[in-house]
Amino acid sequence: MRHAFITLNAIVLREAQRFVRQRGRFVAALVRPLIWLLVFAAGFRAALGLSIAPPYQTYITYEVYIVPGLCGMILLFNGMQSSLSLVYDREMGSMRLLLTAPLPRWWLLFCRLVASTAISILQAYTFLAVAAAFGIRMPVVGYLAVLPALAVAGIMLGALGLALSSLIKQLENFAGVMNFVIFPMFFLSTALYPLWKMAESSTMLRDICAVNPFTHAVEFIRFALYGQFNGPALGWTVVAGAIFFLLAVWGYDPARGLLRRKS
Amino acid sequence: MTGLTVRNLSYSYGSRRALDDVSFDVGPGRFAALLGPNGAGKSTLFSLLTRLFTAREGGIEIAGHDLARNPRAALARIGVVFQQPTLDLDLTVRRNLSYFAALHGLSGREAGSRIDAALERLGMAERAQERARDLNGGHRRRTEIARCLIHAPSVLLLDEPTVGLDAASRKAITDHVHDLSRDSGLTVLWATHLTDEIEDSDHLLILHHGRLLQEGLAGELRGSQGLRDHFLKQTAGPP
Repeated sequence: MRHAFITLNAIVLREAQRFVRQRGRFVAALVRPLIWLLVFAAGFRAALGLSIAPPYQTYITYEVYIVPGLCGMILLFNGMQSSLSLVYDREMGSMRLLLTAPLPRWWLLFCRLVASTAISILQAYTFLAVAAAFGIRMPVVGYLAVLPALAVAGIMLGALGLALSSLIKQLENFAGVMNFVIFPMFFLSTALYPLWKMAESSTMLRDICAVNPFTHAVEFIRFALYGQFNGPALGWTVVAGAIFFLLAVWGYDPARGLLRRKS
Repeated sequence: MTGLTVRNLSYSYGSRRALDDVSFDVGPGRFAALLGPNGAGKSTLFSLLTRLFTAREGGIEIAGHDLARNPRAALARIGVVFQQPTLDLDLTVRRNLSYFAALHGLSGREAGSRIDAALERLGMAERAQERARDLNGGHRRRTEIARCLIHAPSVLLLDEPTVGLDAASRKAITDHVHDLSRDSGLTVLWATHLTDEIEDSDHLLILHHGRLLQEGLAGELRGSQGLRDHFLKQTAGPP
């Protein structure tokens, strides 16, 4: 047991050191949602009317609506970034060091997941702080309540990245992940517009959004930011996270021979 | 206690047979050289020995632990140097070793003293605070060898560890690992395609097209001819 936690600590620390070294990654991760918040949302404010729906108790501006979705965006992109670095590690050979450690492979993958989620949470809080500096503030309790929501959503999206990394054979294939996973997942969710708004243009699109796990991750974060608990969103996120993690464990199973092409 | 035992091991990539019914034993404290040309199946064998992937046919025992039935105990007994470098180039030598120590459940003072001892043994103590990126190829390999000694393994697996090194570094590292085997009783499996890395007293395994062609004392197998000529003669034929 002690061994498992020493390893977890070392993997989280290593990911943090790597993150600190890559300041460009931190800035890029922050600039992306800030552009959406300060440029895109400002432009759409007039075009998009929002009715009062939980967890909101009054009319809100579009900038306020979009904040949870942008937190989700940070987690989504960071999950994929982590997946990219796993593929890179695999190509460069350092993944071998991790996978030959005398611990269950699922635990080693879980350690990587926790490490990347910790970085995601740090980025999401930095984004919330910058948004607050621009006057887009949440209730104080929300800043505390959102921590577990960010953790659960981050684990789910990180597990998705982990599962994808076991399927991506080469670094070059990563562009496909952007086109076929990240963009549809982000745009077909409640990150940018509520479900009822989507239903006005297409019920089919609304239905797709409703089953997208990213929608539920965003809603879980949205409610938590207002100190409220959204049970169904938590359920969806946890179930999706468990499925993605099991897929990742299967993908990295030594009997499946993921690494054999690189040997 | 056995060193390393491989029994009837076979592995295929699709229809291509990479290893075909390979069996051998390396006794405790012995230095075994796995000699084979490129594509002989050495790296596949190393991937199976380190459980990067598993074989459906055959078995592997490391220091008395069956790798399939008890992978954690078996993996804890091996130290590996892969053909591909696996250092984090942006970390210092010491941090690279600390990370590895943690993967084996070592931390704090115990990890610190073991890291110091391993670096001292490989003559790398003065470079502990240098970034891996700033080391030359020979020193990077020494760092990797020091790293694989931290958890006091019984079996060392080195997959062509001298690839890309100059002659002096190659000799220094080859001699050092021979000494480690002699002085510390470590079982060593050293994969190579270079005959000058093998001593007459080494246990020699010649692998070709996935099959073990010969096994025995290097000096006895080569007879009166040079090992290079013997090896070329053995591997000249069709599969």
